[in-house]
Amino acid sequence: MSSFLIGALINLNHPDHYFQWHIFDISAANAIVIILMLATFIGALLLPFPGRRRRKENQ
Amino acid sequence: MSTSEIDRQWTTRLRKRTFGKLPPEKMLPDTQPSYVSSWIYVFGVATISSLVVVIATGCVLAIFGPAWWHTSNVGHFVNSMHLWSVEIFFFSMVIHLWGKYFMAAWRGGRALTWITGMVLFLCSIVTALTGYVSQSNFDSQWISTQAKDAINGSGGGAFFNLLNGGQMLMWHIVLMPLILVLLVGVHVVLVRIKGVVPPIEENAGAVQ
Ligand code: HEM
Repeated sequence: MSSFLIGALINLNHPDHYFQWHIFDISAANAIVIILMLATFIGALLLPFPGRRRRKENQ
Repeated sequence: MSTSEIDRQWTTRLRKRTFGKLPPEKMLPDTQPSYVSSWIYVFGVATISSLVVVIATGCVLAIFGPAWWHTSNVGHFVNSMHLWSVEIFFFSMVIHLWGKYFMAAWRGGRALTWITGMVLFLCSIVTALTGYVSQSNFDSQWISTQAKDAINGSGGGAFFNLLNGGQMLMWHIVLMPLILVLLVGVHVVLVRIKGVVPPIEENAGAVQ
């Protein structure tokens, strides 16, 4: 039971999936990480930072 | 002792140099310029935070050893914490790097901050590689036998042998963590000495 509780949410115990396109060859895991990094980067630039407005009101 | 004698003491000189360049209020400031209130400035600290978890879980792995982390549930859990905090470490570091790249954060005499960052990136990769080959399972056998050809092809194999388990473990748990922690210290102190780089349009004159 405890191994079930602290195990991965999705079963990762299998060979990786690969995307192939011409000379490009990338595992699903690596592609997902790169997409998440790009999304987080764009989010970090665009999302408002908490406390920013409060500071302006104080000035 | 005369004042000139006191001025010549190494303790006096070191104190004046250190606190002249980095007074406590600059090391631990109360406020930051308004442009720093953006999520992009969080990723340097996120990288440090994940490094703390990496080192803490690594210490637990060191206490109990491979037979424990390969076979027990708690061992698997701590091993996974170690791996996933490394994932977050690299994830945040890359976003931090992109952010600093597009801000051209090496402006205004901050080249050494950028260079220590780059060296940190390279050292982190060496730390991860030596970690992968220290797992003591089929994965580490596969990775070491695949990667040794690249290292040998570069000539590095003369002193860095991926098939030498003892050497890889020593690099992973002693040498590289020591270098990383020291370099992170230098990197952050450099940021504090120079202050956060102003936006490009704010100081076009400072672009070198
Ligand atoms: C172990 C990895 C690293 C850690 C823990 C780290 C940590 C930090 C922290 C805490 C800051 C100040 C806060 C911030 O602006 O985010 C900073 C600033 C900086 N980092 Fe890193 N960093 C790392 C890797 C890198 C890399 C790979 C680069 C680029 C090659 C880099 C370039 C810079 C630069 C140029 C600044 C100064 C920004 C300024 O003056 O405004 N760092 N770093």
